[in-house]
Parts: sequence; C-alpha cells; structure tokens
Amino acid sequence: MEIFGVPSALFGSQLLIGLINGSFYAILSLGLAIIFGLLNIINFAHGAQYMMGAFVAWIALTRFGINYWAALLLSPLLIGLLGVVLERTMLRKLYKLDHLYGLLLTFGLALIFEGLFRDQYGISGQSYDVPELLQGGINLGFMFLPIYRAWVVVAALTVCFGTWFMIEKTKLGAYLRAGTENPQIVQALGINVPLLITFTYGYGVALAAFAGVLAAPIYQVSPMMGSNLIIVVFAVVVIGGMGSIMGSIVTGLGLGLIEGLTRVFYPEASAVVVFVIMVIVLLVRPAGLFGRTA
Amino acid sequence: MTSAFQPRPEMLRLQDLHAFYGESHILHGIDLRVMRGECVTLLGRNGAGRSTTLKAILGLVGRRTGSVMVNGKEVIGEPTHRMAQHGIGYVPEERAIFASLSAEENLLLPPQVSSGGLSVDEIYAMFPNLHERRASPGSKLSGGEQQMLAMARVLRTGARLLLLDEITEGLAPVIVRKLGEVIVELKSRGFTIVMVEQNFRFAAPLADRHYVLEHGEIIATIPAEELPGRMAWLHQTLGV
Repeated sequence: MEIFGVPSALFGSQLLIGLINGSFYAILSLGLAIIFGLLNIINFAHGAQYMMGAFVAWIALTRFGINYWAALLLSPLLIGLLGVVLERTMLRKLYKLDHLYGLLLTFGLALIFEGLFRDQYGISGQSYDVPELLQGGINLGFMFLPIYRAWVVVAALTVCFGTWFMIEKTKLGAYLRAGTENPQIVQALGINVPLLITFTYGYGVALAAFAGVLAAPIYQVSPMMGSNLIIVVFAVVVIGGMGSIMGSIVTGLGLGLIEGLTRVFYPEASAVVVFVIMVIVLLVRPAGLFGRTA
Repeated sequence: MTSAFQPRPEMLRLQDLHAFYGESHILHGIDLRVMRGECVTLLGRNGAGRSTTLKAILGLVGRRTGSVMVNGKEVIGEPTHRMAQHGIGYVPEERAIFASLSAEENLLLPPQVSSGGLSVDEIYAMFPNLHERRASPGSKLSGGEQQMLAMARVLRTGARLLLLDEITEGLAPVIVRKLGEVIVELKSRGFTIVMVEQNFRFAAPLADRHYVLEHGEIIATIPAEELPGRMAWLHQTLGV
C-alpha cells in the first residue's frame, strides 16, 4: 500500500517519529512558555534540565533499582526542586534587569550542568530499557506501532493538556495569567507573586525533567541530549509565540509532524525545515502564530 | 481603646513618608491621618506625588522610608502582597483589568482577606452592567465597565480601607455620577476611603477632608467645612 507514492509503512513510521518528536517539542516549549510568561526569563538551562531528568531516571534505576514509573514522579520532583533553589538563589536577583541577563545566566548554568555530567559520565550515551509493561508493539496492518512510543505521545499530551487546563480553568491558573500581565497589581491585590514565580519556575523545570524521563528509553541518555534538542525547541517557541500556552502545544506537535513529513518527501531539508518556518514566521508575524502583538 | 473623646479609631497614619524611584526622590515626608469611616482626597497638580503616596502605602515604589500604620500596626517593612491582608483595597489609575481573564474571573481573583466583604450578589446589584458582562474577557469591557470592575474587585475581599486612584478619569458623566453614588454608599457602610482625584467637582461633596500636595509634600489640609472659604486659593494652587 502506498500513500502519495510512498510505502505506507515508511509514511506511517515517519509520521509517528514526527509525532513523538512533536510531543517532546510541545512539552519542552510549554515549560519555556510558562517560565517566560511570568518570569520574563528565557530559560536556556531547559535542555540541561531535560537531560538531568533523564539522568536521574537512569541513576535511580542503575544505582538504586528505582523503576521507570517511580522515576517518572521522582525525577520531575527532584529537578523541579533544583529549579526552585536556582530561582530563589540566582534568578530572583535578575528580574529588574533586561531579559538578556536571565538568558546569559541560564546559558551559563546549562554549560555547567552539561560539563559536570560529561565529566562524570563521558559523552557516550547510556541505554535505558523500555519498562516491561510497555515493551513490544502492535501491528496496525499498514505499520508497526511500538507501545512505548504510543505511550510517550499519550503521556506527553496528557501532561500538556493537563497543564493547559490548570492555567486556563483554575484559580491558580488565573493568578498565573494575571501575574503574567501585571505582577505588581496582582501583588497589591494580595497574591504572593514571589511564591507564584518560584512555583512556576519549579513546575516549568519539572516538565523538562518529565520529558527527560519519557525520552530515556527512546534516545541515549547522554549529557548532550538536551543541547541537541533545545535549539529546535526555541525555534518552536518563537514560531508559536513567546508566552503562549496553547500556541506552544499546537506548534510543537505541528512542527514535529511537518519535520516527519519532510523526512518522507525531501529528507535533505528535514533538519532545517523548522528553522525555515521560523524565519518566515518572524518576517510575516514577528509575535509568533499564537502570540499577541504588543 | 475607644474613648468618648476619640469616637473613631485611626485607620491609616503616614508619618514622614519618603518614596524613591531609583535616584529620584518623589515624596518628601508625607504626614496624614485618616480615621475609620472617613473619606479624604489627595489633591494636587500632575506630578505632585498623589498617586505615589498611594503606591508608597502599598510598597509599589522603588524604596520608601518613614512610617505607614494601618489599623494601629506598622506595615512599612512588609511586602506588597501582605498589604491586602491588612484590609487595604487598591484601585489603580490604569484600572489594571486583566485582559486574559473574564470579568468574573477578574472579580473573583483577589483572595478574601476577612469576612464582611460584599457578596457577589451585592456587587452585581451595585453594578448591574458587570452581571451582564461577567463572561466577557477583560479586554472587551468599556472604560466605565473596567472602572466598576476594578472597584468591585476590592469590595468583595473584605478590605475596609480603599485607595482609589483617579477613578473618574476619562469616564462619561453618567458613569461618574454612578461612581459618586457608590462612594456615598460605601461611606454609609463604614468604608474608609483615600481618593486621588483630578475631578474636584466629583470629590468635593464626598470628602471629609482634603490634603493638597505639591512637590511631594502636603502643603495644606482643608476640612470639608472650610472648603468654601478656601476655594479661591485652591483654584489658584491646583490651576483648575
């Protein structure tokens, strides 16, 4: 069977890879968008925090025998806590300065974290087995669907839409949205904005760590896994619009799929298609597809 | 303790209040007292320091020194988000209705700090327009609706000391009249009100006392009963 002249198995598998990549783009750009919205900081350490999330899962399994399911909770908690400490001790001092200072600080932190892990574990990746429950696959007739990959898409989308629901439909989300618009007035209305900022950074970082655990059985757990991915994720955030929640989810998924389709029809362009789209969007709609123009 | 000679307890006292934005020294030692249930205005030309006085009470300026006592408690060392817990409700000049929240989300946003706030039903009875527009995004409300919402937002929380910054600015006369009625009702309910007002005709009949500011200092305190005799001086000073 063929789709647009391409064997259906190839078409399906590339689409699935696109969907999986898109899920990672969505969850990572969502974290970046939340952090940028309230803190006005471009969190360049996001890729390193994603990498540390994967490493916590790998260390937990190999050193302490803690399984994948426990790591899926433990790793975001630990890395999120590290985010809380970073926000309280470092980022807080930069809020009154230009965005650039936050970007530089988090970029420096990313290099330090990656350096530490490279020093400890080298650059060759560590493998992490797919949990027993999610091994194997299903033959859909036109393609083979590995269960773990389907799980990654479902888990990432559940967390993304759960986060969207929390922000759009709950009181905490209303505080966040209001704080993003005018933190001073939100404070004057009696809401503890410094605490809200700490929670937001911790949550954004925890999302990156969660993505890291999801990624561990698919990609090699390596100190450089974050820096390879984060540049594409930044392009996704720019395309979706800085600070837009639904924008980052939809754009992340969409661009993953576009990347997958490009790999089918014109593989040479698959590594750059996201950046080509970014350039076009910046020229036509600088605030991004879902961003609000100032 | 309240004695026969001091029937109204003090709600707000500012002593030698200085405020700074970076290197700029804006307030140069403000002293004023407002008793519970009183309505006072801060008058002055643009840049006299009236809005900064309200912001300095809340800690929304770069730096402040001196004393801010609310209900007999010194609060100058406390962060801005604690001010609401002392019963202060702030209606900022720019209204600050959140565009990404619906009117009702805006209304319900501030946490309740004490009992005795107006219920949502009472608020909708006071501002029927807001009930009709409760599902509309904040950005779609008219200027008058935004102003009413900014007022309503703090009335629900149980705040007893209202800091109102230029609430009539840019509004149609019919809305200004409505806001005047609301202030009269709030006074009758025992709210303490500090108003910054450019619209002297709106403020004059409502206030118990007027403080006139110039260059970050209070240059005159005029009780309501002395107002008719000071009108010429006020017009000259305020340039109205």
